[in-house]
Formats: sequence, C-alpha cells, structure tokens
Amino acid sequence: MTLFFPSLRNKPAAAIAATFFVAAVLIAAPFIVGTMGNAGVRALAFAALYVMLALGLNIVVGFAGLLDLGYIAFYAVGAYMYALLASPHLTSNFPALAAMFPQGFHNSIWMVIPLGAAVAAFFGVVLGAPVLKLRGDYLAIVTLGFGEIIRIFLNNLNAPLNLTNGPQGITLIDPVKIAGVSLARTLDLGFVKLPSVYLYYYLFLILTVITIIVCIRLQDSRLGRAWMAIREDDIAAKAMGINVRNVKLLAFALGATFGGVSGTMFAAFQGFVSPESFSLMESIIVLAMVVLGGLGHIPGVILGAVLLSLFPELLRHTVVPVQEQLFGRIIIDAEVLRMMLYGLAMVVIMLYRPKGLWPAPEHGVNPSTRDGAKAGASG
Amino acid sequence: MSAAAGDAPVLRAAGVNKRFGGLQALADVGVTIRRGQIYGLIGPNGAGKTTFFNVLTGLYTPDSGSFELGGKPYSPSEPHKVAEAGIARTFQNIRLFPEMTALENVMVGRHVRTRATALGAVLRTPSQRAEEKAIRARALELLDYVGIRRYADFQARTLAYGDQRRLEIARALATDPKLLALDEPAAGMNATEKLSLRELLSHIRSDGTTILLIEHDVKLVMGLCDRVTVLDYGKIIAEGTPAEVQRNSAVIVAYLGGAQTATGQPAAQAVP
Amino acid sequence: MDTFIQQVINGLVLGSLYALIALGYTMVYGILNLINFAHGDVLMVGALTALTSILLLKAQFPDLPGWLLMVAGIVVAIPTCVVISLIIERVAYRPLRGAPRLAPLITAIGVSIVLQTVAMLVWGRNYMTFPSLLPSEPIEFFGATVTVTKLVVIGMSALIMIGLMVLVNRSKLGRAMRATAENPRVAGLMGVDPNLVIMITFAIGASLAAVAGVMLAATYSVAHFYMGFMPGLKAFTAAVLGGIGNIPGAMVGGLLLGLIEALGAGYIGELTGGVLGSHYQDVFAFIVLCAVLILRPSGLLGERVADRA
Repeated sequence: MTLFFPSLRNKPAAAIAATFFVAAVLIAAPFIVGTMGNAGVRALAFAALYVMLALGLNIVVGFAGLLDLGYIAFYAVGAYMYALLASPHLTSNFPALAAMFPQGFHNSIWMVIPLGAAVAAFFGVVLGAPVLKLRGDYLAIVTLGFGEIIRIFLNNLNAPLNLTNGPQGITLIDPVKIAGVSLARTLDLGFVKLPSVYLYYYLFLILTVITIIVCIRLQDSRLGRAWMAIREDDIAAKAMGINVRNVKLLAFALGATFGGVSGTMFAAFQGFVSPESFSLMESIIVLAMVVLGGLGHIPGVILGAVLLSLFPELLRHTVVPVQEQLFGRIIIDAEVLRMMLYGLAMVVIMLYRPKGLWPAPEHGVNPSTRDGAKAGASG
Repeated sequence: MSAAAGDAPVLRAAGVNKRFGGLQALADVGVTIRRGQIYGLIGPNGAGKTTFFNVLTGLYTPDSGSFELGGKPYSPSEPHKVAEAGIARTFQNIRLFPEMTALENVMVGRHVRTRATALGAVLRTPSQRAEEKAIRARALELLDYVGIRRYADFQARTLAYGDQRRLEIARALATDPKLLALDEPAAGMNATEKLSLRELLSHIRSDGTTILLIEHDVKLVMGLCDRVTVLDYGKIIAEGTPAEVQRNSAVIVAYLGGAQTATGQPAAQAVP
Repeated sequence: MDTFIQQVINGLVLGSLYALIALGYTMVYGILNLINFAHGDVLMVGALTALTSILLLKAQFPDLPGWLLMVAGIVVAIPTCVVISLIIERVAYRPLRGAPRLAPLITAIGVSIVLQTVAMLVWGRNYMTFPSLLPSEPIEFFGATVTVTKLVVIGMSALIMIGLMVLVNRSKLGRAMRATAENPRVAGLMGVDPNLVIMITFAIGASLAAVAGVMLAATYSVAHFYMGFMPGLKAFTAAVLGGIGNIPGAMVGGLLLGLIEALGAGYIGELTGGVLGSHYQDVFAFIVLCAVLILRPSGLLGERVADRA
C-alpha cells in the first residue's frame, strides 16, 4: 500500500487500514456488480487478466525500456498451448494421439501453468535474442511483425496438419479445476452460492496480487535497477558492468512469461480460443494501458489496465441504449466507439500528460536548500 | 627505477591503433600505469584521448593493440567485461541515470560485484536480502565519501553540475575498480570545485585506487599527476613527469601553435 | 517460365505501389526520426474518397470515359490526403518534437486508429468494390498476361519517381529538404524554415500515398477501412530495406520487396512441397523486415537520418 501512496509510509495504521479497505472492496466487488448480471463480473475478471498482461508488458516497456508492439503473441502462445493440452482437438485430429490417450487430453492446470510460462519464455528468448539490440522504433516494428506472423500462423496451421484449427479456433477447452472443484460450476458454500464467473474472478484476483508482488520485488532489486539503468542510458549501463544483452533478454522473457500464464487462464476461462482474440489491436491496447497509465510505475499501470478494460464495457451499456433512445437506431457501434476512444486517448494523453495518468512521483533537489544555492537544475 | 618484485603495472596498453574511415585516430599509442599512480592523458582537442579511453574500456574495437590489466591480458571487446575485469570510467559529458536517485545510481555500480538473480529477488531469499542491505550500505558510504550523502534520495538530473560529476565518480568507485578512468572530471568546474575535486582524487589514490585521468586543466594535471602522456593527432608526442613534459618543445608547439622565431625556435616558452 | 514473367510483372506492380508509399515513410523519417504510423491510413482515406467521388460522378455522368473518372478520383484524393496529413503533423506530431521517442510513436498509433474508426463510420465496415475503369482485356506479354491497369500503375509510378528525384536533386526546394533532413538547426540558420519544409515533406508524402491508394484499389478492385495497414507496414519494410531516409533507397526497396513477395507467393507451394500455401504471402515481407534489421540495419543503400545532436 505504501507503494501506491508513499505519503502513507509514516502512518502504518493508516496504511494497514487502507489495505484492508481495498481488500474488502475487491472481495465484495462481484456481489455488488453482480446485481446487474454476470456480464459485469465477467468484465471484472477480464480486468484482472488485463492487469496481469499490462504488468508483464510493463517489465519490458516500463522497466527495461524496450518497445514491444507484438506482446499479445505470448498471450496467444499460452492460450493455444493450454487449448491444445486440455481439449479434444488434438485427439480428435490425430488418431495416434487418441490411441495413446484414450481419456483424451485433460491436463491439470497446475501442470499447464508452468508449462505455459516455460513455452512463452522460450518464445520470448527466441524472438528477443536477434532483435533486442535494435533501436527503439525499429524494435517496435519488428515485434509488431512477430506478433502478426504468429497470428498468421495460428490462422493457417490447419493444413496439411490440423494443429490450430485455423480461423475456427479450438473449442471445448477444459475449465480450471482446483482440488477437484471445477470452476465452471457454481460453488455452493452453504451460506453463499458462487457462480462460475465469481470463482474465476477470485482466482484471477489472487494471481493478479501475486503478479503485483512479484513485480514490486523485481523492481526493487539488483535486476530491477539494472533494467532501469539500461532504460536510462545503456552505454553507461554497459560501462558499469551490466551485461545489457542478457539483462534485456531476461526482461523480454519474464514479460513473455506473464503473458503466457495470462493466456492459459484466458483459454480456461473462455473455453474457446481463436486467432481473432490475438490481433495487433490487442497488443496496442495493452501497450496503451501501460503507457497511458504511467510507464514503469506499477500503480499507474494497474490504473491504466483497469480503466481501459472497464471503460469500454461501461460504454457498451450506455452508448447503445442512449442512441436507441435518441435516434431510434445505432449510429455508432460500441465497438467502433471503443476503438476510436482508445485512439483519441492515446493522442490526447501523450500530448498533455506524456508521462501517463499516474506517473512515478518525482523527487528533485529543492534549489533553495542545495549547498551554494545554485539556481536551477543543471547537467 | 625498478618495479618491486612481482608488482605488475595496473594497466599496460601497447601498440593501439584505431582508424575511422580516412582518419587515423590512434597511431601506436600505449601507456603503462603503475599501482597507486595518478596518470594523466593530455593533449589538444581532437588528439584522440577519449578515443583511447573508449578503446580501453571496450566501447570501440581497436584495429590492433595489446592490453593487460594487473599483469593479466584482457580483450577490450565488451564494456561490461572490462568493468568486470576492473576498469571503471566516467564520461566526458556525464552519463548518469537521470531519473534514478543518486543512491540508486551508485547501487547500480555494485551490480558487477553482486550476484542476486531474478529468482532470488522474487523469493526474497535471506542471501538476497543480505546482499541488498550490503549494496545499500556501501552506496551510502560512497556517497558520503565523495561528499553528496545529503542528495541520496534525489533524482540525479536535479543535482548541481559539480555534484553530478562527483556522483559519477562514486558510481564508478562502486564497481571496486583496479583502475579508475576519468574523462575530464573537472570540465566546467570553477576554481573552488576543482580544488575539492583534487582533494577527492588524492584521497582516492591514497586509499589504494589507481587513477587514469584525461584533463584539459593543465594546472590540475601538473599538480596531481605522477606521470603524463601527451597525445597529438593520435600519436604520443611526449611522456614523463609533469615537469619533464611541460618543458618539451613538441608539447608546447602542439598546444600553442607552430609559430617560430627567426632562429627556428618556437616562439612561446612556457606553458601557462 | 510463364509463371516467372507473370510473377515478375505482378512484382513490379506491387513494388511500384510499395515504392510510392515507402517514399512517404522515408522522407518523414529522414527529417523527423519518426515512423509515421498513420501513413498507411492516409492512403486508405485517399482511396475511399476517390471511390466515393468516382461513384458520384458515374451516377451523374454515366458516359464519362473510365480514365477520366480515374483522374478525377486522383484529383480528389490528393488534396484530401494532403490536408489530413498536414493536420496530423500540426496537431499530433509537432508538439512532441522534443519528447522522448515513445511519445510520438504512441500518438502516431493513436492517429492511425482514429482514422480507421472514422473511416468505419463514414464508409462502413464492408469491403467495397472499386469499379473497373480502365479496359480490362488482358494483353499478351511474353507468355504472361497484363492489363492496362497494371501498365498504368508501373508507368505512372515511374514518372512520379523520376519527377521526385528531379525535384529533390535539382530544385531549390529539394536542396532545402535535403539540408533540413541532414541538420535542421543549421538549415534554419541558413534561412530555411524547417517547419515549412517539414510540412511540404508531409504534403508530398501524402500526395504519393493518395495516388498509391487509388492505384491499389484499382488494381485489386476493392477498398475498405483497413486497406492501408498491410501495405503501409510492407512499405515501411521497403523503406528500411532500401535504407531509411534514403529516397532512391525507398524506390529500390519498394520494387525489390514487391518482386520478392510476388515470386515468393508464386513459388512457395513448390518450394515447401505444399506445406505452406500462398496465404503466407504477408509473412514474406515480415521475414524480409526482420532479416534486414538484424543483418543489415542500415539498408541496401545506406540510411540518411537527421543529425539530432
């Protein structure tokens, strides 16, 4: 909590109270929102997923300063990996596998998460190794290219061997099972009934909290400082003994890992994956969450992710009925409006608050207290 | 004057050549620096001093040359390996990490001598926590040593110019170098600041770190350095103690121009 | 052999279009160190405005010859694109000239998205047919078939590129552009107004994109709100391939990329024994991009970027 509000550093009682308050709100949220139907809780669950994605991308773009426009590729890798290992697709297309696994592919989520992380990390290393030395905008375009290449392959690898089922995607993906309890069914705890959406929301919430803790620990560590040094001046970083190439690769791979794990969760939650969910627009949206929220500042990134994922949902529920009321028909599709607002937000926020909505607080020397009272910052 | 038995020079570079397109930036340059010395590298602008620095520290690849650090050969191919081997440098135009605090800047200097990994950081293992404490303590110590402890939590870009130079030195010292290579540390400083810089550098030398120094301020160099090499147009034109070099006619010509009197002697006699 | 010639011709057509678009990217990058992400969408706006005006004219004057309609379309597209491009420069790029590089990249992406969504609103999301305006009987050419449209594309692009080279190398404006591209501040000291030169650069790029957009729509007989994305990305690849900031480089890069793509798409089936089909065509451009950036980032003819000291 003190990370979010540094002014609380000296008031431990207030900090603890704030933490409990936030925790209470987060736990109660689905019940409050759920009164309007499950769609709201679904939106909350997706918000949590986006927070994880944004934090992962923040390691790459915010901490290490590497421009990645194809981040969604790792999300896709994680999602498809889970889809292949926990659905009937492979067994129904490859009789040899069906023979080897007569019960079909049903792999425990606890095996698939580490596997998804590992595969995503592998892709991160393979994609990152040749390109991380490129300068900023070039790196952006190349990563964009990679993201598109992966999407094209996912879309076309249905012939001659049907690996990904092409544009139709893979369905009937197993839900998450924890200790024998399937998250796809309503959980009856006696005093309260938790529908499947609520269960997934809580799972994602826990994973998000873990993600936040991991990111904070990375940030305040030797590695985190090395990333920031590279971001600020990679020549000086090299001169101070940092192996810039490996450290950049580590950022890329770790970011990929977060993407991959989020992807497996997404596949389990939705029960279905298709290449459409992994377009360039998605990569851009996650990047927007990081940059508009506050590049490199964990609370800002969380804010950006929550705002940019929930706001379109709100739009959908207001803009459409309002238009129907006013004009009798829909002039601006909610989808189009959502995209347009993303674009406008990117332009407007960069023009007026280029450091994001909630950037890291600055701490500069107060000129009047500086020895010798030299006027103004120099250098 | 013989070297003490087994006392290899801290740095020995020889036969260094570097060409950029049509320009021979360095022609057969070399230095030998002994432990505990403050060694000066001077010469007019464009003589190749920073180029030589960049070659020594791995930012440029030389066309030829041999390099030894503490008696052991090293290949200046990658800057981070050079830092690991024990040469730490500062930059002519100050290259701090501007958005990071002064303390964080120096803590980055400790990177090369510490080992905590990503996993250790995430799990907050006891050894990682102990190392973090040690890094922080040493960084504060170094900030104190160079005299800017009070600015520890301020962003580096907000420090006064002279303090930024000190910060860069502190950061370089954090790498526990065998050789501290400073590129014009006194540039832009006024007389008072230069005096306290001189004290700091003497202090560093007496605490056991060898220093290689590029400087334009002749008074500073003469007062501080044990030995000096003079470069002009990429070639060594003089080498020796400051007093010897000061009297060398080629040096005088290089700095003041080649005006000659009727007898063919250079017109100027003394270096200011 | 027939396939070869056919694909070479297709490659030249595609390549000429890429070259025209790439010139816009390369000139802007040379002066501002900025990837004008919205350039492909400017092309799209040109194509769609041309389409609308052509359809309107056709409805009013059904007897107008096809080529005249085509010219009319281009005449409408060019000023539209120029105006939009100048507005974008003024509103989204100029205020961020000194900012860290990430900021203008994000605004550029934002502008691109806004253009696409506005196009979606104005023209709808569906693919629209671009009418066939030039005679479409195929012409035999060494065993391959060629249409008038394809010849026009190749011919018009060649003329435009020659014209541009003359402008840049032989005119006062061209000198001013080259000076600003190398060192804007010093150019300013010599009496060149860098803002004006930058605006002219954007205007020229936009005009080329307008022509390319109309030609693209005419060649493939289709236009829609997303049509600028892929050609834009590939044209950027071409610019990098030739050497970013390098005007002849963009032309060479464009033609080369077009040929690589056409020949690749034509032969990939054979090359991979049927495993990979021609819908992997887009991947070629990306592979070229990655290969160039990794192996020879300065491009074939060398990059020419402003000295931002």
